[in-house]
Amino acid sequence: MATSFHGVGAAVAALSSSPSNSFDSKKLLCSPRRSFPVRKGASFVVARSDGSVNFDLNPKARRAQQLIVNAVATKSDSSPASSSSKPGHELLLFEALREGLEEEMDRDPRVCVMGEDVGHYGGSYKVTRGLAEKFGDLRVLDTPIAENSFTGMGIGAAMTGLRPVVEGMNMGFLLLAFNQISNNCGMLHYTSGGQFTIPIVIRGPGGVGRQLGAEHSQRLESYFQSIPGIQMVACSTPYNAKGLMKAAIRSENPVILFEHVLLYNLKERIPDEDYICNLEEAEMVRPGEHVTILTYSRMRYHVMQAAKTLVNKGYDPEVIDIRSLKPFDLHTIGNSVKKTHRVLIVEECMRTGGIGASLTAAVTENFHDYLDAPIMCLSSQDVPTPYAGTLEEWTVVQPAQIVTAVEQLCK
Amino acid sequence: MATAFSAAKFSTQPFHLNPTSTTSHDSPLVFANPTSQFLGSTRKLHLTSSSKFNLTRRSGTVVAVSDVVKQKKSKSAPTLLITKEEGLELYEDMILGRAFEDMCAQMYYRGKMFGFVHLYNGQEAVSTGFIKLLKQQDSVVSTYRDHVHALSKGVPARAVMSELFGKTTGCCRGQGGSMHMFSREHNVLGGFAFIGEGIPVATGAAFTSKYKREVLKEADCDHVTLAFFGDGTCNNGQFFECLNMAALWKLPIVFVVENNLWAIGMSHLRATSDPQIYKKGPAFGMPGIHVDGMDVLKVREVAKEAIGRARRGEGPTLVECETYRFRGHSLADPDELRDPAEKAHYAARDPITALKKYLIENSLASEAELKAIDKKIDEVVEDAVEFADESPVPARSQLLENVFADPKGFGIGPDGRYRCEDPKFTEGTAHV
Repeated sequence: MATSFHGVGAAVAALSSSPSNSFDSKKLLCSPRRSFPVRKGASFVVARSDGSVNFDLNPKARRAQQLIVNAVATKSDSSPASSSSKPGHELLLFEALREGLEEEMDRDPRVCVMGEDVGHYGGSYKVTRGLAEKFGDLRVLDTPIAENSFTGMGIGAAMTGLRPVVEGMNMGFLLLAFNQISNNCGMLHYTSGGQFTIPIVIRGPGGVGRQLGAEHSQRLESYFQSIPGIQMVACSTPYNAKGLMKAAIRSENPVILFEHVLLYNLKERIPDEDYICNLEEAEMVRPGEHVTILTYSRMRYHVMQAAKTLVNKGYDPEVIDIRSLKPFDLHTIGNSVKKTHRVLIVEECMRTGGIGASLTAAVTENFHDYLDAPIMCLSSQDVPTPYAGTLEEWTVVQPAQIVTAVEQLCK
Repeated sequence: MATAFSAAKFSTQPFHLNPTSTTSHDSPLVFANPTSQFLGSTRKLHLTSSSKFNLTRRSGTVVAVSDVVKQKKSKSAPTLLITKEEGLELYEDMILGRAFEDMCAQMYYRGKMFGFVHLYNGQEAVSTGFIKLLKQQDSVVSTYRDHVHALSKGVPARAVMSELFGKTTGCCRGQGGSMHMFSREHNVLGGFAFIGEGIPVATGAAFTSKYKREVLKEADCDHVTLAFFGDGTCNNGQFFECLNMAALWKLPIVFVVENNLWAIGMSHLRATSDPQIYKKGPAFGMPGIHVDGMDVLKVREVAKEAIGRARRGEGPTLVECETYRFRGHSLADPDELRDPAEKAHYAARDPITALKKYLIENSLASEAELKAIDKKIDEVVEDAVEFADESPVPARSQLLENVFADPKGFGIGPDGRYRCEDPKFTEGTAHV
């Protein structure tokens, strides 16, 4: 568990500034001047839980944009003049998480944060920066390195009236808290006959980063998904990060919020007003006709990158960010399947027992009649994530594979 | 921004047993020879491996209470430790625990309750000694041997018995069972099947108490949490992690070790490098106390101090109660490993017999009064069984009800409605 997290920050910074990476593909080079596609010129639609839908389709912009942008945002190239005239404010994903957390802490004094280095250090990914100064050392609690116990402490606090947000410095560390998460977090509401609620939020970064090694690159959503009594959501944009954080804190159920190590520096303009994202709903990223692509977290960006190529080749993929990993939003997904009749799942979990496996089963069970082809599921290899950049690249799904898969599906 | 909370330094505080006592902190206290405390089958291990035992004294922080109380009792003319009302309350509570557990055994063998049932016979002094000092808002966290903790805390015998029978009128609607006794009303936070997993929950409840006082500014919030667990748990990581956190943040919690020397068939001495559990308290910066857990009055005296410390905000205490379970680990345990001599030794120290003797010798109660209590409790337990027998089993509709506090957590179905709105959901037949 002792790692150097500043190393990660350095890796991220290096990505955004220099095009030379240890692993091959030009595709993964980041062009420093290109900003991540934000709503300005973005080629996707965001449907919000309040029903409003933003169309930002700009065909010219789409064609003009280069290929990748890796998932990590670079400096924005929007000029100060243009950004000040738009509504809302721009921020990075980790700032959006912090904003959501801070707003909820302002709103309800029972909301507190617990975790390693969340207080004075500000969080290993700076999600809690400044909060300890504002709210005090008890409300933003720096815990000793004892995941099982401080998660259990959070659960006990939740049972007795507080609303803790427990941070796993890396989601993988929460493997040590599995006892508490499975037995107590998920089950105590039931075994107590409904007497005790556990309004806890367990959050942290997971997923495959940049050569962080096998143990820091885990996808715990696949291990936690069977636990009855919990909800799992994965954020992927600053907008839904803030919205899901707030919704999770307000929920009476225990919620596990999965963030991704590589997405913390995404920049987006989000509304100034108070909003939440519904915990159980999926997000329509790009409507289309030919194929339904279901994805979440970082793979959303690989999918969108592949989508550009697909569009150029004449395909019209519908991309849905499922967001809610447990339970699945079978309404949004179902409507899409009924329209396109072809499903591709792109996930970062491993092949065996991942979210994709469950989703494949759920879609088959519910919408079998609507499918024109077997469901394809692209997952990471069943391999401990290697350190070497080349090997690491081959363990996760890359945009080229997504393009090939769609072509195969739509034959 | 410095808060008292962020101070990294702390000092082990001497445990002042009884401020009015003339003996406690003046004379250094010596530990009683351990062989007199742990007898029977463990004697051989003791004598052959005496190097394991560190008999050095620590001044002030760690005491063997039994000595102090003995000294105190012999010096003065009988200043009684309890009043008559208190005595009868303690007696009744212990009799309730004993009668209830005996009835559980009967019911189990008659096929009325199932699974793993762990009985508390012999350990009543610990539960009664501690829990009877608590207020309703104080919390208790236990393990799978939790029936009597729940009863002492105030959960009605009917509710506990029903829960054991798996009826919907049980304290957890029949969904928890023997190992998961919960009561919101009486602040019983469980009931845990895995050892050690309740200790962090107890630490969290104590954290809430501190949070309420310091952040929410409920100045009079002095709720205390008691965490009960056994000797086996004291080798578990969660125990040590929570001792650290509780001492670090001075949480209002008392860690009560019910050391009955056996973890199913594993003798405490075979499992633990240093079997004197109370010594582990000072290692984390809290007092560690050893007390004779077969004597309810001694336990109560120690409990008063420990709970008082917590209430005053002075932090946690580790109390090791030397006790014994008269039955096997559970009703499925043939209990073949324990030496009959050991069992006989502790049976002779039955806490109920001891209290009865004390009450009668000190003219606090008469035989007749005590017999009346026995009878009353018998009726309570019979009534509990009757109630449980007549209660309905849970209907299918109950199956999905308490999985989520907010049933929207089951998600949105293909038809666009939340699954919990499906009528089949309330029938318990919905596919979720």
